[in-house]
Parts: sequence; structure tokens; C-alpha cells
Amino acid sequence: MKQHHRALRWLGTSLLAAALAGVMTVRTLADDEPKPDPAGTATGDRSTVVDAGGNAFMVSEPAKLSEEDAKDKDKVKAYQDALKAYNEFKAEADKEPLALKLADAVGHHRVSINFTWTLVTGFLVMFMQAGFAMVETGLTRAKNTAHTFAMNFMIYPMGMLGFYLCGFAFMFGGLGGIGTMGGYAGLNHEITVHLFGHDWGLLGWKGFLLQGAGYDTAVFTLFLFQMVFMDTTATIPTGALAERWKFSSFMLYGCAIGTIMYPVFGNWVWGGGWLAQLGANFGLGHGHVDFAGSSVVHMQGGVIALIASWMVGARYGKFNKDGSTNFIPPHNIPMAMAGTFILAFGWFGFNPGSSLAATDLRIGVVATNTMLASATGALAACLWMWWVRTKKPDPSMMCNGMLAGLVAITCPCAFVSAGGASILGAVAGILVVESVFFFDKIGIDDPVGAISVHGVNGAWGCLSLGLFADGTYGDGWNGVPGTVRGLFYGGGMSQFWAELIGVTVCFITLAVLTGVVFKVVGLLVGGNRVEEQVEIDGLDIPEMGVLGYSGMVMDKESETPHPKGFPGGAGARSAVATH
Amino acid sequence: MKKIEAIVKPFKLEEVKDALAEIGIEGMTVTEVKGFGRQKGKTEIYRGSEYVVDFLPKIKIEVVLGEDKLEEAVETIVKSARTGKIGDGKIFVLSVEEAVRIRTGEKAEAAV
Repeated sequence: MKQHHRALRWLGTSLLAAALAGVMTVRTLADDEPKPDPAGTATGDRSTVVDAGGNAFMVSEPAKLSEEDAKDKDKVKAYQDALKAYNEFKAEADKEPLALKLADAVGHHRVSINFTWTLVTGFLVMFMQAGFAMVETGLTRAKNTAHTFAMNFMIYPMGMLGFYLCGFAFMFGGLGGIGTMGGYAGLNHEITVHLFGHDWGLLGWKGFLLQGAGYDTAVFTLFLFQMVFMDTTATIPTGALAERWKFSSFMLYGCAIGTIMYPVFGNWVWGGGWLAQLGANFGLGHGHVDFAGSSVVHMQGGVIALIASWMVGARYGKFNKDGSTNFIPPHNIPMAMAGTFILAFGWFGFNPGSSLAATDLRIGVVATNTMLASATGALAACLWMWWVRTKKPDPSMMCNGMLAGLVAITCPCAFVSAGGASILGAVAGILVVESVFFFDKIGIDDPVGAISVHGVNGAWGCLSLGLFADGTYGDGWNGVPGTVRGLFYGGGMSQFWAELIGVTVCFITLAVLTGVVFKVVGLLVGGNRVEEQVEIDGLDIPEMGVLGYSGMVMDKESETPHPKGFPGGAGARSAVATH
Repeated sequence: MKKIEAIVKPFKLEEVKDALAEIGIEGMTVTEVKGFGRQKGKTEIYRGSEYVVDFLPKIKIEVVLGEDKLEEAVETIVKSARTGKIGDGKIFVLSVEEAVRIRTGEKAEAAV
């Protein structure tokens, strides 16, 4: 057995043992901790009853003013108003005790609606895995189909288990109350540093292996929903690295993505970490806002794809010595386009679901904005190819265009109007085409356009929120009062700066993490990339042991362009480094 | 004995087969091939990569027959396979040394 294989076996076994030990350990909660509700029998009551405007049914007694506050006239007035409201409420409640009991049932049902919503939209996003697999496999060659599809398949369990082990705890361990689903606040440990007079949330540390404080039904629901988002990130690099990624290297990447690569930046934006706090701490808009994940999900995936693709190098025969590209045909356009429709459908779970509440009726706007951006993205890409670039309406770019529009609208979907959604979707459609040509020009091989769709448009999506947010939604987002407003609607530049900072931090963080992970993994498996002859023969038999299309006569050599211009003739290696 | 190798357009196969059957030729071997003639291919572009489509799919029909049927067979194939447009194909005639029917062991004309 090769040296690194032995090391790998040891690594794998010890990790597994550690995980099992973790699962076996039963930790009892301290008395002052919120009580988790694994059975769901204590979630949702009168305290969760809220009207359309967000006003709570229950009115609580205001806290008595301290001596200091009693000197402030405004605070005294506020206290007196609140006390009056409470007394009125109490008088009415005493007259109708049954109303309070009914409120318990209503509160439970309100929370149930949100549980259902979050779960079902989560199921839709899970189905996007099939969409990704089909797009990637359709746009690459027949001799690699079993391998390409297998990567998109195995990333689901691999990413999920990593997220279950510790990724979710890192990302959401300090989330606080799960407001839309009953308010359970057991995820209450965020590792924070105090710098320059402010708190900077860095990482969560609660809910490992979904036990202890994590064994609550709202937490489980949140886990499911967040896991399928993580998996979307995880599956993006398989597109950029298709047709040459060693399966063992991919599996180790699968261990890293759910455990640590995704959750770090994710905590900073969605886990209550420092990027979300830029508004409360430094007055930068509402902090880095990302409704459904243009940066948290798509840009993270895109950056990983970019750095990894650069490290691993282009496919054999893609680039000639003079930098020109060779034609590597997609083997199944219908599969790619059907996959795109599956993704577009799943996105109706991705964006509206991110409200975590069907009681938040903005979901109608979110869903329609999503739809519009997908349409303008597809059309813009189609026309841009047809009229400007290749003079033919290219189906693969129609797909990339639709997806680019969807990626771009993912961040601002709740905050923009139909006009804004349509325009930013169209920009995304043009951007993705230009980006694909750009990366070809600089020698980065991206077989399916993953970097351009997810990385570039993930960034654009966030920046576009800073421009197009129209101030009709988002009051109190990230703890900042007032609705979210971008440059074009009188909000000034502050939201845009918050988005730009988030995008920049995303790039730097993921670039570093990817570099480290791929370097280490490469050492563990003896190179991230398959041997050249394996690449020419097709990865299905050597890597997976079975052909994707058994019985089909495939002239594999004719699917493989030989790079021109290198010394040593047709069989010479293209001059990109192998890591 | 002679052998006809006819390269024809794939959609013409049924027509050629039926026409040959009408003049009493009931056996043939068919292969899927690709090829081109004097016409050069077109340059296409996919996502920024140029490529040339040179080869077009064709069908190769091989028939072994007695010399007496040769002229009629060639004429029949030409008539049934012709469309008048480029890419109609070609017919080659070769000499055959021996033929054997595997089931019975018959030789020469009795074998075809």
C-alpha cells in the first residue's frame, strides 16, 4: 500500500472514532439554559402570536425604571405608555380568560406554518442536487459521466455529515432565538472578541452533533434547511473541476467543506457574526445583508471553484501553447437544460424559503423577483451570445444565463422591486458570458461556467443589493432600525460599502481556506488530479469501476483534443501546473 | 465474383436495400462510418472555442455477387441512393477470391 494511502486510512479511522465518541457522549444541560424541545410539544404558544404588522398579541409588563432612567423625560414617557398598554391588556385578558388559552393554540399554529414552510422549501432545495448533477454531466463528456454524477451525488452525504458533526455548530451555535419557529434560544454560544470598542462574533460553539442544546425540533428544522444550502456551495466546485478531479481528493474535500470551509464565513453573515454586525457596530447600512445567500452560498462556492481550478490546472487538451482554447463538446444538451429547469424550480425553495416563515408575506415578492431575474438572465445571455459574441444563440449559455440571474437575485430578492430584479438579472446574464470568456483568456478551465455563474454573480448579487434595495422591507434587519435602502433609492453608499466589504472578505477567506485544504489534501492522496492517461481514457472505469453509458461505443480519443504547440508533439502535456 | 462497396447517405439505406432486393440481391453487410469528399467542413464556435465539422456520418454497404449481376446492381444503387446534392457517396468494385457459406460449406457462386 502506498505511503499516503496508509496515512489516509489512519486519518479516516481516527476521525470516525472521534465522531463516534462524540455521538456517544451525553451531555446534560445546565439549569439556566433554555430547555430544548425535541418532541415539539412545547414549541409555539401565546407568546408567538403576532399580527400581519409584526405586533405581538401578548403585552408584557414594562421593566421598572432605574433611578438613572427616571431622570430622562423620554424614558419616563415611554414607560408610562407601556404601563398603560399593559394595564389595558391585562384588564381585557381578565375579562376573557379563554382568549389566552386560544392564543396558545394560535401561537402553536403560527409556528407550525413556519415549520412546514421551512421544511418543504428545504426539500425543494435538496432536489436542486439533481439539477446540479444534470447540468454538470450534460455539459461534460460521455466518458466521464459516472464520475461527474458521482461527485454531485456523494457531496450530499459527505457535506451533510460534516455539517452535522460540527459545521452547523460553528455556523449557528451563537444564533440566539429561532424567532419564526418558537423562539428557542439554546444556540447561545458565539465565540466573540472585543476589539475597537465593539464585539466581533467569530464562530459558534453550540449544537455539535445536534445533541444537548441542539436536540430541539426547531434546531433540527433549521439544520435541515441550512444543510441543503451548504450542499449547494459544496457542489459548485465539482463543476469547475470536472473531468480531472481524483475521486479520493474530492471525498476529502467533502469532509472539509461541511465541517469548516463553509461555516466560517457563514457564521459571520448568518450566524450573528461580525459581518452582520457592521451596521449595528459601525453604521454601515444594515451590515452585510444577504437574504438567501449570493455570498454565503454561491460566491463561497465560486471562489473555492476558482482557486481549486487554478491549483489543479486545466483539462488535458483544453489550452494550446498560444493560449487558444480547444473545443470540448457537451455530450447531452437536453440533460443540461432539464437540469437548469430543476435548479430554477428548486430556487423557489431557496429564496422564499429563506424567510423561514410563511407568515412573512414578503415571500410573494421574493418568489416573483426570483422568477423575473431568471428570465432576464437567460434572455440577456442568449441575446449577448447571438448578437455580440458567437452570432448563434448558445443553449449552454442560456443555461448559464438563467442560473446567473438566479444567483444574482438570491441576495437582494426580498429587498428589490420587479424592475430592480429584472435589471440586475439582465446584467447578470451579460456578466456571466463575459466572465466565461475572461476566464478562458486567463487560462482557467471551467468546464461548466461554475466560477462565472456562482462566483462572479454571487458578488454582483450582493453589490446590486447596495444599489437596488428600495426601502420597502427589512425594518430591524441585523438589529438596525429602518428598512434596507440602496443607492438608487436614497440610501446613500453605506449599504453598498457593507456589501462590498462582505464580498471582499468572502473572497479572501475562501481563497485562503481553499489553498490550505487543497494543498493538504493533495499531499494526502498524492495529487488532486488523475493521471494524464486516465484523463484521456475517461474517468469512469479507472476511478469508478463502471461506465456511465455501458454498451455505448465511444471513441474516447476523438472526444479529447490534443493540445497544439507544445514540444513533444500531440501527446505533450498542456503547460499548467498540477497540484 | 465481385464485391461492391457503396458509401451512401444513412437515410438512403432502406431505399437501396429494397431496390437491391427487387433485382434479386438479398444479402448485404452494413457498417456505420464517417467520411468526407472534396467539400471542406464548416467552422463552428462553442463558448469561445472554434472547431471544424469535417466528417459526416455515412453508411457503407458491402455486397458480394456474381459478375453477371454486377452492372445491374451498380445501376440500381446509383439510382436509389442519388439525391443530386453533395455527399451522395461513392461505389467501389473489387474482385473476390473465395466465398464460403458457413452453415453448409458451399463455395463460390452458391455461397452468395
